[in-house]
Amino acid sequence: MDIFLQQIINGLTLGSVYAIVALGYTMVYGIIQLINFAHGEIVMVGAMVAFTVIGWLAANTPLPPLLIVLIGTAAAIPACTAIGYALELFAYRPLRKAPRLAPLITAIGASIVLQQVAMMIWSRNPLAFPQIIPNMVFPVAGATITLIQIAIIMTSVVLMIALTAIVYRTKLGVAMRATSQNAPIAGLMGVNVNHVIAATFMIGAALAAVAGVMVGTYYGIAHYTMGSLLGLKAFCAAVLGGIGNLAGAMLGGMLLGVVEALAAGYMGDLTNNVFGSNYQDVFAFMVLIAVLVFRPSGLLGERIGERA
Amino acid sequence: MLEVSGLCVSFGGINAVKGIDFAVRAGEMVALIGANGAGKTTTLKALIGLLRPTEGSIRYDGVDLITVPVHQRITLGIALVPEGRGIFSRLTVEENINMGAYRRPDSAAVRTDRDGVYALFPRLAERRRQTGGTLSGGEQQMLAIARAMMSKPRLLLLDEPSMGLAPLMVRKIFDTIRTIAADGVTILLVEQNAKLALEMCHRGYVMESGAIVTHDNSAALLADPAVRKAYLGDHA
Repeated sequence: MDIFLQQIINGLTLGSVYAIVALGYTMVYGIIQLINFAHGEIVMVGAMVAFTVIGWLAANTPLPPLLIVLIGTAAAIPACTAIGYALELFAYRPLRKAPRLAPLITAIGASIVLQQVAMMIWSRNPLAFPQIIPNMVFPVAGATITLIQIAIIMTSVVLMIALTAIVYRTKLGVAMRATSQNAPIAGLMGVNVNHVIAATFMIGAALAAVAGVMVGTYYGIAHYTMGSLLGLKAFCAAVLGGIGNLAGAMLGGMLLGVVEALAAGYMGDLTNNVFGSNYQDVFAFMVLIAVLVFRPSGLLGERIGERA
Repeated sequence: MLEVSGLCVSFGGINAVKGIDFAVRAGEMVALIGANGAGKTTTLKALIGLLRPTEGSIRYDGVDLITVPVHQRITLGIALVPEGRGIFSRLTVEENINMGAYRRPDSAAVRTDRDGVYALFPRLAERRRQTGGTLSGGEQQMLAIARAMMSKPRLLLLDEPSMGLAPLMVRKIFDTIRTIAADGVTILLVEQNAKLALEMCHRGYVMESGAIVTHDNSAALLADPAVRKAYLGDHA
């Protein structure tokens, strides 16, 4: 088996999830310069809600697996958008004019609250994904790709295209970009800035819901703590690509996934098995540190000098 | 059309505007002149809603403007060309122009108006796909005016449109303002360049440290020795 190609495929799968989550971070940062540290928990809630629905449907109905997963996702999206909206309205909007540290601390607080509430609802035990998706494996030039991997990569590509279309082709998208550049002036043009900011949170949360389903399905479990590490890595991906930049979040996510997978694949060989693949999590943060040292604005970060 | 009375505005703990009264009648061109820091921009910001007055009233066509949310004021027919232009530097020229018509449903009328502003500013038509940040200062000023015109304002507030522009460009911008006024748009112009402003406008108000110290028609102000000395560089 070709380890290199195999790890690229695995990396792209995980990278797709990072990219979709990173988009949520970067959109919110772009519009109100806030790192929404509760975003990872929204991914977790998406996975938990979807798994609850999927588990029930799989046990009690004869529906086809694809439909069950779609219904589960369809249930997770409104749940997550509602949380995204509520966070913006109750946690962040009252602090819109406060020093930047205040909403940041609130975000960390909101993340703890969401995690603990999830624990109360779903208990400390992980939810398992029912064995409904056939474990189909396709050979690709010496490596393999599973049905779930194909679905994850394709779904995230579709989502990225859809998001780009919303941001660059719709009136809401223009209003979002205008608000991110100069909110008071956008308000003068008739943009209800509060609505646009709320919409941004909700779109990010909807993406997080899908990401939650994707990552949960990939690993086969969902757990109330799953959002923390995933959220942090996606945040690293957003910084790697250049926070505030949509294409950057997509690129950063994919790149981070691939770097991690390659590290996991070769770590043992390179260090004579002193470090194993379980050190892969370290890589996201090593990449983050390297970016902050050598290119603080990220790969595709804001070019300076184009401000009027 | 616009009646301001007893307007007080403060921000950052400073009372920048201290109880001013003024009025603009429909079809007029009125100048608000004064030195840097006199409170002119603050006054405009209060009119458009970027700052909330602490006291006083602003009535526009009989409506109490202070109670109207910022994003709805543009639908009443008031538009601001802000100080420093305030264009969206990473949106294209055309997107900037469309932002002016944000509150209007995208219709044939909007497209006609867009063609209209492109006719007024052919330079912008050439650069419609460029981002706003790549334009020169004068072009950005044109863009800010074009954007404001897309809301079909009846009252246009202009804040220092001559700032930082070459004399030739200033003349061009002021010619455009005259054209806009000739189409029936009421103008309230804030300018440091008092001579330029008074030569164009019918009337003028002179502001000094947050208060209106004098007002008259432009010809009288231009002849007023005190105004000449303070604002027109007349040392005779």
